[in-house]
Amino acid sequence: MASTDTTSSELTLAIDLRNISKSFGTVQANKHVNLKVEAGTIHGIVGENGAGKSTLMSILYGFYEADAGEIYIFGKRTPIRNSSDAIAAGIGMVHQHFMLVENFTVLENVMLGAESGAMLGRSITDAAAELDRLEREFGLAVEKDALISDLPVGQLQRVEILKALYRGARILILDEPTGVLTPQETDQLFAILRSLREQGTTVIIITHKLREIMVLTDQVSVMRQGEIVASRVTSETSREELAELMVGRKVRMSIDKTPAQPGEALLRVENLSVHDHYGVARLDRVSLEVRAGEIVGIAGVSGNGQSELLDVLSGILPPGEGEVLINGHTVTPEHATNPEQVRSYSVAHVPEDRLKRGLVREFIAAESAILGYHNASEYNGVFLTKPSAIIDHTHHLMEAFDVRPAHPTLKSANFSGGNQQKLILAREMDPGPKVLLVGQPTRGVDIGAIEFIHKQIVAMRDEGSAVLLVSGELDELMSLADRIIVMFEGRIVGEVAASEADEKMLGLMMANAHTPTSTVSEEVPA
Amino acid sequence: MDANITTEIISTLSATMRVSTPLILAAMAGIFSERSGIVDISLEGKLLAGAFISAAVAAVTGSAWLGLGAAIVVTMLLSLLHGFASITHNGDQVVSGVAINIIVSGMTVVLGIAWFHQSGQTPSLPNTARFMPLHLPGSETIGSIPILGDIYTKILSGHNLLVYVAFLSVALTWWVLFKTRFGLRLRAVGENPKAVDTAGISVAWLRYRAVLIAGILTGIGGTYISIAQNASFIREMSAGQGYIALAAMIFGKWKPVPAMFASLMFGFLDALSIRLQGVEIAGIGQIPVQAIQALPYILTVAILASFAGRAIAPKADGVPYVKER
Repeated sequence: MASTDTTSSELTLAIDLRNISKSFGTVQANKHVNLKVEAGTIHGIVGENGAGKSTLMSILYGFYEADAGEIYIFGKRTPIRNSSDAIAAGIGMVHQHFMLVENFTVLENVMLGAESGAMLGRSITDAAAELDRLEREFGLAVEKDALISDLPVGQLQRVEILKALYRGARILILDEPTGVLTPQETDQLFAILRSLREQGTTVIIITHKLREIMVLTDQVSVMRQGEIVASRVTSETSREELAELMVGRKVRMSIDKTPAQPGEALLRVENLSVHDHYGVARLDRVSLEVRAGEIVGIAGVSGNGQSELLDVLSGILPPGEGEVLINGHTVTPEHATNPEQVRSYSVAHVPEDRLKRGLVREFIAAESAILGYHNASEYNGVFLTKPSAIIDHTHHLMEAFDVRPAHPTLKSANFSGGNQQKLILAREMDPGPKVLLVGQPTRGVDIGAIEFIHKQIVAMRDEGSAVLLVSGELDELMSLADRIIVMFEGRIVGEVAASEADEKMLGLMMANAHTPTSTVSEEVPA
Repeated sequence: MDANITTEIISTLSATMRVSTPLILAAMAGIFSERSGIVDISLEGKLLAGAFISAAVAAVTGSAWLGLGAAIVVTMLLSLLHGFASITHNGDQVVSGVAINIIVSGMTVVLGIAWFHQSGQTPSLPNTARFMPLHLPGSETIGSIPILGDIYTKILSGHNLLVYVAFLSVALTWWVLFKTRFGLRLRAVGENPKAVDTAGISVAWLRYRAVLIAGILTGIGGTYISIAQNASFIREMSAGQGYIALAAMIFGKWKPVPAMFASLMFGFLDALSIRLQGVEIAGIGQIPVQAIQALPYILTVAILASFAGRAIAPKADGVPYVKER
């Protein structure tokens, strides 16, 4: 792969990684990586899952130690053995999963590990003064005494950034920072990052969202299979080129689909409410309908009731109030149901979290491939299961959905995220369900596999199934769904036809800042 | 009659202070350990080990202080063992704790027989080799004040040094946890060790220090049982107090002052059960001794079942810290 060297020797390099290699067991996560990041720029690192981006940044932050290679920070060779070495070298990191103590205040989290003395009294005064200064300098306002557990995610990210700046970070690494943010929060984050750059901070952002790379970064490096395959000046490249570099072949970025031909309603939810055990409404009088032959997308910032909706519809959670009609069967609080019974109504469920609910990591693929259908007579004898029947069936699924490697006896954990997801989709879609519930079908899945999964979901719709799709990716919802429903704090706050939706409008609805007046009513075909 | 009841109440409350002392010390030990994320079911074994070692050393040297010192050294070693298994090697903390309890239960008897040839007991100690009751200053003058005077002279005064150490340990635990840098980090590591690691602080070293402090506190608690409350070691003399302390800690929601009050409540039930033995209660008659002795344990289960559901443990309690890929 031809790579363009975008740096010139006169510029100061904030980071210069030379020949970094790192293996976990037999897996080589980083292979002879060379990366140069100019001081005072925003540098993007893109790549598919498992390409080694996070490992590389974890090495830079001292979370792992490299097997080989050298790290130069601002021109000086700097061995980084642990996070305190990295902090001392002026490196700060905002992790994908926030590293915050939930029952601590913002202030306590910021000063943790950087207290000014053995007693807390003085540390608190000092940290409060320093936070005020950072707030003035960078416009990063947060409530210092608020508990972390009470803050929204956008604020948590600011706390993470403040933590890094408080420790005097001159280089800030952000790992997939926008995954949990609304488009508006993303814009705010980018504004903060740009102002950090103006003040001389070097920013490295890891992401798989090419659109963000294009709008935010000055330079971009592409990783594939543990190696840096290319570095580009952002203004001189394009999404298509980057996607191709990431995957190693040409990728189609759009989905071919014909207009929906909706039939009868196979799924109808009326005034559904669910309260958690603190009495908080997780679903608040939700009503919706999914008809045969259409895909209805649910948009919303994660945690606004989408998961609970899927749980009720799949029979995991009983409805608190209201009524659900699934393929002609009624579920009410008085007549609750269970997942096994719901499956018998010809409903399939691809859960949002594949590792927690989709499969059992320690099971072989064939066992994971029949979960939920394991009581079916074809897999069972009088007392024992029929391993050969299960394996044959798994072979069939793996072939149909291109699961690689096609070894039914391999442990589920040993498949890549995309192949695990394809196996689950195969399991759920193979019986030809009338209602398909899909949560985050492509979360953590490679671009190549996304293309395939999207095609399968559209094919299911065209065969006349009703599909309910919950996704955190607005691009996915806009290209896959026929209608998009937006949820906020357990309520439905809006609905738009996918063809009329744009990102800004959905983002405002997700933050409940904008409710379209006319689009809520549905046009039911006669 | 009235004076009689007052005397009964005063002596029961005074006994409560004495009975609660090892519970309070062990509960504080538990708080340090579990706030750092290490479940410590071996509080029981450490109390027993502390009781045995202090009695044995005091019997040989004639010094209560040497007994106390030796007990603390041994319980800290047991804490290191627990830490080695569960912090360094990410072992299961409950299994490691139970193993320590079993080892101590057996070793105290074996060593006791080998050293003293008294079927597992240690020789009876003279008062000079024990911690004896102290009288708080001003007892005579304050004692003449009604009620307050009785509370001061008959309930608060007249206990041995270790009782006061136990109450002091509550204030100290609170201060360390909530007013020092070490305490902030300790609470953080029990909630989210990754946050501590990425802040550049060693998770293992923090946790080791926490379990070592637990060792010191249980060493004092064990010493109290054998050479302050009693005058020799008897096999299995900790009699589940380590577990009760664990219950008090949970009941006190891993907070020092509430855990102290929970310990006092369990101690009070225990003291009451001793008082109630042989007492005729109108309409019921004499309650069997066994039923009274079982009372604190039954109440423990009842109280924990009704309140513990709301107790929120430190999030990382019992979870070994492994850097994952």
